[in-house]
Amino acid sequence: MNTTESSPEQQTGSVAQPGSGENLLEVSGLQMHFPIRQGIIFQRQIGAVRAVDGIDFAVKPGESLGLVGESGCGKSTTGRLVTRLLEPTAGSIRFDGEDITHKPVATMRKARQQLQMIFQDPYSSLNPRHTVGTIIETPMRLSDITPKQGHKKRAQELLEIVGLNPEHYNRYPSEFSGGQRQRIGIARALALKPKLIVADEPVSALDVSIQAQVVNLLQSLQEEMGIAFLFIAHDLAVVRHFSQRVAVMYLGKIVEVGNRTDIYQRPRHPYTHALLSAVPEANPDGGGRERIRLAGDVPSPIGPPSGCRFRTRCWKAQEKCASDEPPLLQISGNSAGHLTACHFPEEPSITARDEVIILDPALAALEE
Amino acid sequence: MFRYLMRRLLAAAVILVVISAITFVTFFALPTDPALLACGKTCSPSRLAEIRHALGLDKSLATQYWEFFKGLFVDRTYGDQSITVHCNAPCLGVSFQSDTPVLTILLGDFPVDLSLGTGAAVIFLVVGVGLGMVAATHKGKAADKVAVSASLVGVSLQIYFVGLLLMWAFVDKWQILPAPSYTPLTQDPVGWFQGLLLPWATLVVIYLAFYTRLSRSSMLETLGEDYIRTARAKGLPMRRVILKHTLRAAITPIITIFGMDLASLIGGTAVITESVFGLNGIGKQAVDAVTNSDLPVTMGTTLFAAAAIVVFNIIVDMAYGIVDPRVRLA
Amino acid sequence: MAIELPPQTADGTAPSAFLDVRDLQVHFPTEDGLVKAVDGVSFTLEKGRTLGIVGESGSGKSVTSLALLGLHKGTRAILSGEIWLDGEELVALPEPAMRALRGEKVSMIFQDPLSALHPFYMVGNQIAEAYLVHHKASKKEAKDRAIDMLKRVGIPQPERRVNDYPHQFSGGMRQRAMIAMSLVCNPELLIADEPTTALDVTVQAQILDLIHDLQQEYGSAVIIITHDLGVVAQTSNDILVMYGGRCIEYGSVQDVLNHPEHPYTWGLLQSMPSLSSDVHTKLNPIKGNPPSLINLPSGCAFSPRCAFKDRVPGGRCMTERPELRPMAGNDQHIAACHLADDEKTDRVAK
Repeated sequence: MNTTESSPEQQTGSVAQPGSGENLLEVSGLQMHFPIRQGIIFQRQIGAVRAVDGIDFAVKPGESLGLVGESGCGKSTTGRLVTRLLEPTAGSIRFDGEDITHKPVATMRKARQQLQMIFQDPYSSLNPRHTVGTIIETPMRLSDITPKQGHKKRAQELLEIVGLNPEHYNRYPSEFSGGQRQRIGIARALALKPKLIVADEPVSALDVSIQAQVVNLLQSLQEEMGIAFLFIAHDLAVVRHFSQRVAVMYLGKIVEVGNRTDIYQRPRHPYTHALLSAVPEANPDGGGRERIRLAGDVPSPIGPPSGCRFRTRCWKAQEKCASDEPPLLQISGNSAGHLTACHFPEEPSITARDEVIILDPALAALEE
Repeated sequence: MFRYLMRRLLAAAVILVVISAITFVTFFALPTDPALLACGKTCSPSRLAEIRHALGLDKSLATQYWEFFKGLFVDRTYGDQSITVHCNAPCLGVSFQSDTPVLTILLGDFPVDLSLGTGAAVIFLVVGVGLGMVAATHKGKAADKVAVSASLVGVSLQIYFVGLLLMWAFVDKWQILPAPSYTPLTQDPVGWFQGLLLPWATLVVIYLAFYTRLSRSSMLETLGEDYIRTARAKGLPMRRVILKHTLRAAITPIITIFGMDLASLIGGTAVITESVFGLNGIGKQAVDAVTNSDLPVTMGTTLFAAAAIVVFNIIVDMAYGIVDPRVRLA
Repeated sequence: MAIELPPQTADGTAPSAFLDVRDLQVHFPTEDGLVKAVDGVSFTLEKGRTLGIVGESGSGKSVTSLALLGLHKGTRAILSGEIWLDGEELVALPEPAMRALRGEKVSMIFQDPLSALHPFYMVGNQIAEAYLVHHKASKKEAKDRAIDMLKRVGIPQPERRVNDYPHQFSGGMRQRAMIAMSLVCNPELLIADEPTTALDVTVQAQILDLIHDLQQEYGSAVIIITHDLGVVAQTSNDILVMYGGRCIEYGSVQDVLNHPEHPYTWGLLQSMPSLSSDVHTKLNPIKGNPPSLINLPSGCAFSPRCAFKDRVPGGRCMTERPELRPMAGNDQHIAACHLADDEKTDRVAK
């Protein structure tokens, strides 16, 4: 298995980010292995959960990079690594020209102000004993920043920006609905005028009719304030709507990355094809999309498959896939910046093919 | 499973050694001098020195502890020329007061607390869980209110009061039962039962309330679980839903608390009950040992209580592994 | 398709449809007041067909499904209306008779299979138990039946996995086991309450197809309860949209999704991003929040969030509860809205 060292091709791959320009966030070889320990008095390590296993990506100022994948793919861990809530086991994270990989949070003042996070659960991520005003002001006070108009005024401004009533400054989180709480979390993230916001499933806990409100709010913040986003979500349609570029993760690896059109109209990796074909669309007449039904669930990240990690569920897998890990490259037929990690890529199209791909044994038996 | 047990027992031994050391040091930090107590009212300095020597108190603290520790594996002999006491390994020391090996004392008193604690525990567990189950399944109705208020009365009663009241009623007034005493089960099962009935009843009244409330809330919580709804959706009769699906899951938090309660009862915490009913158990022994500055017996009773807790902790964890398949003992 | 307007008066006679729910109401008395979780829902369903019930949290969709199983019996819930299943009325049915139907004729797949399966019992035993309750069979026969069911739903090595505990299954496999359990008695009505919400998207696709294919094989009637219009579009023949405990739109999936008639339905459709929508236009969200069931707005429950209420003369939306009525001359497509047809011109325009 080729995990820690990266082959020369991979390096070429990671460098080939779109355009030139300074990157706001640069992640290379990022790895997070959670050790599994056993024993009561004397603990020894018996293995590791390879949550993130060597990934490279970059986010440019003002850009939104979507990170999609299913549970266990490492997308949330990646978000926590970037915001330094977790200490990576290898790799490096550069933010705004500064290497913050192992910097103690207390000393990375600039990065800490300019790199903020929005969490999934609007119920548990706000302290129920603090007023909305206190919640929004805390980041400013912790960073010793006094806005010229004063803390309270600034907090009320922020409330207005996220579409809440500034009069509600003294209320408690429990007096707000889920969507409004998520707005409070966004106001808190905005308090220090960040350059990058890591949003981890920011709308998945909300009702459908509320999701669009929050997505629109985030979109206008991106456009009006030029904030870059690392947008982590499992909902492919939401990611497509929000992100200019998208990275698809599977079992701790990025398997495909490219701009929105590359990923959603001209995907090459079989896993991207399978993901897209699985999305249920509110269109009763189908839409001529291909039908791919994988077998089983995502394997455990404790002992991931050798070579290409998707090979155990892939219809194109051959011997080479088990022995050689495919590098993330701009394979032939891809446009610039569209990288795919696959030995036997698919045609760049998502329209229905001649034959449906049914790998699920129960479905195959029933549909025979 | 075997390796797990071995590891746990090893850890338990380490804990017991630490506890013995702490007890040892604490004992000597007390201002009373055991030799002075043994010496009596007319005590000459030479006699005091003799006694100190005989009890081994003239040696350094470390040497004394080491000899105590060695005695667990090697026979020890105590005393001077006049009286010698032989103490076979494993030796926990010899009482300063009675010159009897501590282990003999503990083994003599242990069955009292075993009978008292186990008997009472079985009753309050079964009755408590039963009442809690009735209360939970009839939440808000008469049966629930009766069970909850009865347990409230129980929890506010004191052993002195309940014990003496029961004695007065059953022994003195109605003369249904003999005065409480301990008869070994092997000797006379009926006498054992009759002699312990009132102490049991007293302990049950005190503990029952707690177990009723605990199992009521645990049952209510489990009844709200999704898998109980699934069981009902399958068309299972309510009886089966309660007795099989709910009880099995609701009992797990009770097991832990029950294990600790049983361990401390056997280890001698029922000291008030012992003294109210005049039973000579470990608890009474421990209190006497502390008042008499009897170091070996204090050590022995402390270690015994600690061992009971540690052993029951292991039993509880293993029981968990059996009840809940998600708990892997490795 | 058999969509009817709810009968004005209950006549008490058995209807011809396999499942006919008439004016179902489920109310819960609470300290804060009466919660009308379901407040007059009617629909019909034939065998071999699938109905999707769509709504957000608090819309009453899950309460409706529990009422169909009679799981409110013995609780404080107050039920009224009629549920006719195959000529038998279920609301007034005594608990023992209802219990005999549960799991046998009507069965249910729950949302989160990890919490819906008992953690302490083997998967196989839980499936076999569902069979043994309703059939005279030996434990061996029931276990063989469980293995057979696990095989049909696509669990690899069912002979071995039958003795596993739920925590040893992956999320998708647990939902398959749940499906096996609900199908073990060949139910005629299968209710799936958010069956794929807890699952990953590739697994969701497998499970939805599996439910569909098994329905074809068994010929049962299926109700899928979900918040996801995409799931309904992929699985259902008919769709019933709930809001604030009431049905606000009901019709075939084609009619409702292609020509939504209620502002809430078209609001939902416009607020959802899709894989083909234009990424450069903003989503068009519904403003405001779902209502509280204790204090429903008077008139139309959706009126405080509705962008079209001003087009209805006389403020009727705030005072008069709209009745379900046929839309655009199609009596198979009903919606509860005062808005006149010619006022809906810009419903799809952004």
